[in-house]
Amino acid sequence: MPQITYREAIRHALAEELTRDPNVVVMGEEVAQFNGAYKVTDGLLATFGPTRIVDTPISEAGFIGLGVGASMLGIRPVMELMFWSFYSVAFDQILNNAANVRYMSGGQINCPIVIRGPANGGTNVGATHSHTPENVLANHPGVKVVVPATAYDAKGLLKSAIRDNDPVFFLENTILYGDKGEVPEAEYVIPLGKADIKRVGADLTIVTYGRCVIHSLKAAEVLEKDHGISVEVVDLRTIRPLDFDTVLASVKKTNRVLIVEEQKPFASVGTQLAYMIQREAFDDLDGPIHRLATIDAPAIYSPPVETEQLPNPGRVIKAVLAAMA
Amino acid sequence: MSKKPSAIADIKAESAVKATDYALAPINAALSSTQRIELYRTMIRIRRFEERSLRAYQGKNPSGGTNIGGFLHLYIGQEAVAVGCCSLMGKNDHVITAYRDHGHAIAVGMDTKPLMAELYGKITGCSKGKGGSMHYFAPDKNFWGGHGIVGGQIPLGTGLAYALKYQGKKGAAMAFMGDGAVNQGAVHEAYNLASLWNLPVVFVIENNGYSMGTSQARSSAGQLAKRAEGYNMTWGQCDGHDVYEVRALMDKHLTLAREQSRPSTVEIDTYRYRGHSVADPDNTYRTKTEIEEYRNKKDPIQVSLHKLLAEGVLTETLADQIDAEARAEAESAAEFADASPYPTPDDIQKDVYWESDHPAQRKSEGRLFFD
Ligand SMILES: Cc1ncc(C[n+]2csc(CCOP(=O)(O)OP(=O)(O)O)c2C)c(N)n1
Ligand SMILES: [Mg+2]
Repeated sequence: MPQITYREAIRHALAEELTRDPNVVVMGEEVAQFNGAYKVTDGLLATFGPTRIVDTPISEAGFIGLGVGASMLGIRPVMELMFWSFYSVAFDQILNNAANVRYMSGGQINCPIVIRGPANGGTNVGATHSHTPENVLANHPGVKVVVPATAYDAKGLLKSAIRDNDPVFFLENTILYGDKGEVPEAEYVIPLGKADIKRVGADLTIVTYGRCVIHSLKAAEVLEKDHGISVEVVDLRTIRPLDFDTVLASVKKTNRVLIVEEQKPFASVGTQLAYMIQREAFDDLDGPIHRLATIDAPAIYSPPVETEQLPNPGRVIKAVLAAMA
Repeated sequence: MSKKPSAIADIKAESAVKATDYALAPINAALSSTQRIELYRTMIRIRRFEERSLRAYQGKNPSGGTNIGGFLHLYIGQEAVAVGCCSLMGKNDHVITAYRDHGHAIAVGMDTKPLMAELYGKITGCSKGKGGSMHYFAPDKNFWGGHGIVGGQIPLGTGLAYALKYQGKKGAAMAFMGDGAVNQGAVHEAYNLASLWNLPVVFVIENNGYSMGTSQARSSAGQLAKRAEGYNMTWGQCDGHDVYEVRALMDKHLTLAREQSRPSTVEIDTYRYRGHSVADPDNTYRTKTEIEEYRNKKDPIQVSLHKLLAEGVLTETLADQIDAEARAEAESAAEFADASPYPTPDDIQKDVYWESDHPAQRKSEGRLFFD
């Protein structure tokens, strides 16, 4: 199987869907002539032309709102946010208009929009550019939230997202863009809401998603080798809809659970998971539910310290040892 | 002209036909008698509908509870704007507006029964009791809401125009907003996008002089529609008390959108007689004299009535009949709303996701809802 980057995988998904459906339009700041701020859309303008690949002014509220309006008439806009952090200036369009229009119209209107872009810390760009809003987004019924960790997942999930009739928010990661993974040449899609067991284990379940999957897999290797602890890594892939059955089955098997997330701790995705696990697997737990999150402060700039603020393999190892103690 | 038809006895009639007779504009001159009467009828239907809704709001239902909850923003006094604009709609023209949306909904042709039922929060409402007064929608009538956040609908309206252009359809989007909405950033972002991308949208500012209790003078610098110039858009301004005048101006702007795919902004001066919403006691920011002045001299229904009588299109008998029909329609809408069932708690989680409403076609897995 060919090895391609996470970035290329996303680009291939876009290209395939642009080819398949003439209503798909890619829009965002620097997506066309500049070939993408992170080069995700590199070459798409040359292939698909300026009607399908559209550069926007720096007007997130304006162009995302425009995408929401266009989607009501059957366009399938795939909007790039240069950083998901900039969602705050388009919050009303994303979470009032896209999220609510179907409901408020009594089911008369669909909003098949995709908003995608990177949402991560770890690149020393400070607090304004390092938000991970998946919990905020997923708090809104009506929306779907996807956070892929690998090239394979990113491609298959983005294709599903573009075909979905509900608004889908797709959160990528600048640090993963260059990571290579095996991606088949033949077309495939991955349904939203399906978790993936990235490593099978027996002693403890790590429930995680996004880049923390990579940290957890690295930590799991060390834990196996140095400590003889067998860790199962469940990658949620999609936050909403949530494949809780896979989480539950794993927890029932290992009886111990650690949630690893690049989220601020308060009311995070992990908070919701912890609630659900205790509610549905209380008797299966051999100990309290543990959680490793970002250290609770705005994202620090200082490069070596930011690495420590976020989950990383070292912190995951410590957290697992604490959970096993 | 001085004689007041009994059908509208509650509205003082001093309206005079203005010096410029917009009835002569080609778009109006072409109207048949029936079409003229329809414009008038639609305005009366809106007014009677809203008056009836106000009574329902203030009254109690048979079991002592509220008929209508939350906000009720009445359009009374502004009817000529929505009716004039929406009367120009072709099959590829679309409308979106803010929360003061009853007039637009009736003007695009929505049935008043589900509109009243929506106010009552009934399952037979146009949004199944999920939207309320501020959130009427009728995609089958090219009506895209009904939006509660000031200015938030303007990017959406721009997106409707984008979709028309993308799909190669010759039509226009009318994106309505109040005079207060022009100060929202999203509106300016939309102006820029529309002009930059040559989108067929007409931004319609319904300038009723106030955003809640704040007068235009206390909220906005400069002429509102003139801000379009900064975005290289043409703009126009007119009096919104005469449905013919509204049509004459809007026709030009819609033609610009449809024929040349250029956006523009129009500012239509109008007035609301009632408070901002039913909750507004309306005693702090304007005088009763001012309200009476508009009511007596510029009421759009009066203006229209007098013109139609002068044109010989309408007789007092027919005017009485139209009014009686509008009242009866409003009454039967209220009866329908009253007799309709509420949604049940089982309905709360319907219409959230397309996928959960179409389980047989669902492609995603996992839990969509949480408890
Ligand atoms: C973003 C936002 N801020 C404030 C409000 C509260 N609010 C509702 S209507 C309104 C006044 C708007 O006035 P205008 O745009 O002139 O419209 P009108 O009510 O006169 O039709 C205000 C402040 C809101 N709904 N949305
Ligand atoms: Mg106003």
